[in-house]
Amino acid sequence: MTANQDATNQATGTRAAAIQVADVVVRYGEVLALDGVSLSVGPGRVTGLIGMNGSGKSTLFKSIMGMVRPDRGRVLIDGADPVVARREGRVGYVPQSEDVDWAFPVSVRDVVMMGRYGRQGLTRRARPADHAAVADALDRVELTDYADRQIGQLSGGQRKRAFVARGIAQDARTLLLDEPFAGVDKRSEATIVRLLKELAADGRTVLVSTHDLHALPRLADEAVLLLHRVLFHGDVSEALRPENLARAFGLDGVDVLDHEGSV
Amino acid sequence: MSPLDLLLEPLQYDFMVRAIVTTVIAAVVCALLSCWLVLVGWSLMGDAVSHAVLPGVVLAYVLGAPFALGALVFGFLAVALIGAIRGTSRVKEDAAIGIVFTTLFALGLVLISVTPSQTDLNHIIFGNILGVSTADLVQIGILAAVAFVVLVVKRRDLTLYAFDPMHAHAIGLSPRFLGALLLGLLALTAVVALQVVGVILVVAMLIIPGATAYLLTDRFGRMLVIAPVMSAICSVVGIYLSYWLDAASGGLVVVVQGVAFTLVYLFAPRHGLLGRYLTTRPVAVPAG
Repeated sequence: MTANQDATNQATGTRAAAIQVADVVVRYGEVLALDGVSLSVGPGRVTGLIGMNGSGKSTLFKSIMGMVRPDRGRVLIDGADPVVARREGRVGYVPQSEDVDWAFPVSVRDVVMMGRYGRQGLTRRARPADHAAVADALDRVELTDYADRQIGQLSGGQRKRAFVARGIAQDARTLLLDEPFAGVDKRSEATIVRLLKELAADGRTVLVSTHDLHALPRLADEAVLLLHRVLFHGDVSEALRPENLARAFGLDGVDVLDHEGSV
Repeated sequence: MSPLDLLLEPLQYDFMVRAIVTTVIAAVVCALLSCWLVLVGWSLMGDAVSHAVLPGVVLAYVLGAPFALGALVFGFLAVALIGAIRGTSRVKEDAAIGIVFTTLFALGLVLISVTPSQTDLNHIIFGNILGVSTADLVQIGILAAVAFVVLVVKRRDLTLYAFDPMHAHAIGLSPRFLGALLLGLLALTAVVALQVVGVILVVAMLIIPGATAYLLTDRFGRMLVIAPVMSAICSVVGIYLSYWLDAASGGLVVVVQGVAFTLVYLFAPRHGLLGRYLTTRPVAVPAG
């Protein structure tokens, strides 16, 4: 989003939605993963997407990214079809740890450079601007000293930061993060939270799916509770009220939160 | 006989020179492709496609079409059938692969048995590296050059596809296209290599070099150098051995590759069995 657009939005008193999901239905055979999800996420904010396993969080992410074609409804990114946003490199994605082959023979620098591929020529040969962007992104996530390590030789938190750096090098305006706190120690978690808030302060849209309800008040400006449809969208503190969590997780969810601090 | 004579004697024969050149070409292209196959987890798929191209090659022979075309058609047909069976029945992928490639391979055998000129086609199954003609060499060279150029030009996209197809999609690339490209190259490369080692053993050249290189380095760029160089060396050694032992050349090429893998598996510095044993013993490691 440009400064100009920001000014326009402030003047009109509305914030243009960076991600707009309208009445999206996704069915996998007999299973109804998303049942009429409508959601509007604004730029410049960190939004937490909360739901239990199987609630449709991953499907919603995939719908936003265009990996899954909804049976009904549509998704807009910055007011346009997601194809446009993807082609222009405006959508960044930080995968779940389980989805990454950590033994893959790539270095941290290689991974971050992959964020630049959309801007490069046929062979994806890196130009000076690409190297500069990668160095800058590595610096921002404090991984400069680890740049030449194989990706699996990082700690859980460093691994996440490497992928966030990829999104920064890409200069993605919209960042989707899938369970960024799983297997991450408390210190790295704080670093990632600070980083995501900085990115949002830049005017980027940050959508985080997470189980970790304790990190939520520090991380997110707003929260979405999902169980095949949007149960709640608003203040984090209100989202975390027991009656709301009970609807999203069932009574067991509240129980687990009380005892272990996360669901 | 001096060691130099041992090396030079076979080269007096034109068929040996052609055999060595063809083998090195096939070894290099197969080895390059194998780096991606082992990382994407397509070793079984490589096995399947390299067998399934047989009826395509036979039909191409009958119709007078290029072998590569027949191989491409049946390579994609095999993958489509595997996907269809897995997607529309309760049969799991490994079983689907086993059903499709053996059936297509068997169909190829049947077609060979009813095709008048059998001598040429039997070579497709077991390879006939010593009988490669200059015309064969030219055809193999062209196919290999095409595969080589596409692999080198698209290497970063293919690596991204292997590592994180979701990100490839997110930045506007098409994982579906990249997967299809890899499959097409697989079918093409199978045609290149089946002249050397035959349909049955092609898969060895499509898996062993990449797997060997993977145990030697943590850098994909280095894998792309190590795998072809090692594969080429192993192939030449195999051909020489077959000359001196008067044994099956295709078989020996693969046996030498397997021996090289075994040595690397045991003695690779970081990822070998011995190397891992040594590094897991308590040693002072600098923190950080």
